[in-house]
Amino acid sequence: MLSIYIKEIRSFLSSLIAYVVMLVFLLAIGLFTWVLPDYNVFDYGYANLDTLFSMAPWLFIFLISAITMRSLSEEKRNGTIEIITTKPISDLQIILGKYFAGLTLVLFTLLPTLIYYVSIYQLGAPVGNLDSGAIWGSYIGLFFLSSCFVAVGMFASAISENQIVSFVVSMFLCFLFYNLFELIADFKLLGTWDSAVAGLGINAHYESMSRGVIDSRDLIYFIGFDVVFIAATKTLFGGRKW
Amino acid sequence: MSVIVSGLTKIYGTQKALDGVSFEVKPGEILGFLGPNGAGKSTTMKILTGYLPQNAGNASVCGFDVNTQSMEARKKIGYLPELNPLYTDMYIKEYLLFSASLMGITGKEANEKVESMISKTGLNAELKKQINQLSKGYKQRVGLAAAMLHNPEVLILDEPTSGLDPNQVVEIRNLIKEIGKDKTVIFSTHIMQEVEAMCNRVIIINKGKLVANDAIENLQKQMQKAYVLTVEFKQVIDLQILETLAHLVQTEKNGNTYKIKATQDIREGLSLLAQKQGWLILSMNLEENSLEDVFQSLTR
Repeated sequence: MLSIYIKEIRSFLSSLIAYVVMLVFLLAIGLFTWVLPDYNVFDYGYANLDTLFSMAPWLFIFLISAITMRSLSEEKRNGTIEIITTKPISDLQIILGKYFAGLTLVLFTLLPTLIYYVSIYQLGAPVGNLDSGAIWGSYIGLFFLSSCFVAVGMFASAISENQIVSFVVSMFLCFLFYNLFELIADFKLLGTWDSAVAGLGINAHYESMSRGVIDSRDLIYFIGFDVVFIAATKTLFGGRKW
Repeated sequence: MSVIVSGLTKIYGTQKALDGVSFEVKPGEILGFLGPNGAGKSTTMKILTGYLPQNAGNASVCGFDVNTQSMEARKKIGYLPELNPLYTDMYIKEYLLFSASLMGITGKEANEKVESMISKTGLNAELKKQINQLSKGYKQRVGLAAAMLHNPEVLILDEPTSGLDPNQVVEIRNLIKEIGKDKTVIFSTHIMQEVEAMCNRVIIINKGKLVANDAIENLQKQMQKAYVLTVEFKQVIDLQILETLAHLVQTEKNGNTYKIKATQDIREGLSLLAQKQGWLILSMNLEENSLEDVFQSLTR
C-alpha cells in the first residue's frame, strides 16, 4: 500500500496536478475570503471563516474530481493495471494507497488556509474574539467531506477507462451526495421522511460538525460513506474477474 | 514442476478463449508458446499471473495455486505483459525502485538490485531519460528489468520482441537467454524463427486448444516429409516440360524463380532435365520442413 501511496504522491508532484489544484483552490478561496465584494470578511463584518467553509465544498467538487479522475482509469487505459495487479499486493491495497494519496493532497491544500484563521484571530475586536470551536469543527468536517469526495472520485475513476467520463460522473455524484438530497428534502413531499432524506446527504453532517460538535453519528456517517464507496470501487476494479 | 496447467478453460461471454489446455513446464526450461493472434496465449499468461481467473481447471506456479495462493505464486513470477505497459512519466530508476517496492524489496537491497539490473540490461547510458523518451527497444529492456528484478523463478513474457527492429529483436532475445539461464521461461510469440532460436520445447495452441506440445525436432519429424526446392532459371522455361518431372507435387512460379514441392529429393532429375532443355540454373536451394510449416499445418 505504501509503495502505491508514494508513487501516487510523486506523480501528483511531477505532473503539476498538485500545484494546479492547490493554486486554484487557494486563489479562489483567497479571493472570496478577502477580496471579492459581498463575500469578504471586511464587508461581512464578522470575525469568522464562513466564506471559506461554504465555498470550499463547491470548489472541492471540481478539484477533487480532477485529482481522482485519472487514478484508476489511467491504469486501465495504459495497461499498467496489469503490472500492479500481478504483483503481490491486493486490489484493496492498491485502491487504499491511491485513496490516501488523494486525501493527503487535499489535506495539504487545506493547510495553508490556517493562515486565514490566524489572520482573523488577530483581526477580531478584541483580538481572538472568534468561535475557535466552530472553526476547528468545520475544519474536521471539511476534511471528512473531502474524504467522501475522494472516495466518490475513486469510484467514478473505476467506472471508465475515459478520464472525462470519470470526471463528469464524479462531479455529479459529489453534487448529488453533497447537496441534492437536501434540496429534495426541501420539497417537503415526504412528510416525516424529509429529515431522513436530508440526512443521506453530506451537507447535513458537515453543517452539524461546523457547529463545533463532533457527534459520533456524523463520524459514523462519514466513515461509513468512505467504506461503502471504497468497497464499491474495489468491486468495480475487480470487474475483470467477473 | 515449475508450472502446471491442467484443463484450463476461460470463457469470455459466449466465446471459449481457452478450452481445456493442459501442460507442464520443468524448472530451467525455456518454453515457446506459439499460436496465431487470438489463440489464447495471452489469456493463459494472464491466468498464470493472477490477473484473470479461469472458468475451469487449475494452474499452479512453483507449487502455489494461482487462485487460492495467489500472493505466494505472484512472488515467484516475473511478468512482462503484452505491449509492455509502463509508467511513462517516470524515470528508469524511479520505475524500477517502484517495481521493487511492490515486490516488497526496499532500502539498500532495492538499490543494489536495481543497479545490478540496470547494468545487466544495458540501461546505464539512458538513465537520465524519462521512460517516454526511450526507444522501443530500451522500453522493452526497462520492462524486462522490472520483471526480473526480484530474481523470480518463473519468467512469463508475453510477446517480448513484437514491434522491435531486427537488431533489437536479437538483442532482447540474447538478453532473455542470458538472464533466463537458470530460470523457467515461458514466452509467447507468433514468430517461428524465434522459437527455433530460443526454446527447447514448444507449445502450439489454436482457437483455445492445445494442438502441439513437444520438442522442436520431434515436431518437425512428425510432419510428413516434404522437399521444397527453390530454383532460379536464367530464362523463361516451359512449365509443362518442368511438370513432367517424377515425384513432383506442386510448382509455384514467381518470375523466373520456381518453388517446387516434391515427395523426394529431385535435384538430380531437375539438373538432367535442365541440361537436356538447355536451361541455365542460377541457383537451387533445398528446404526441409521448417517450424513455420508445422505451425501452419497445425493451426489452419
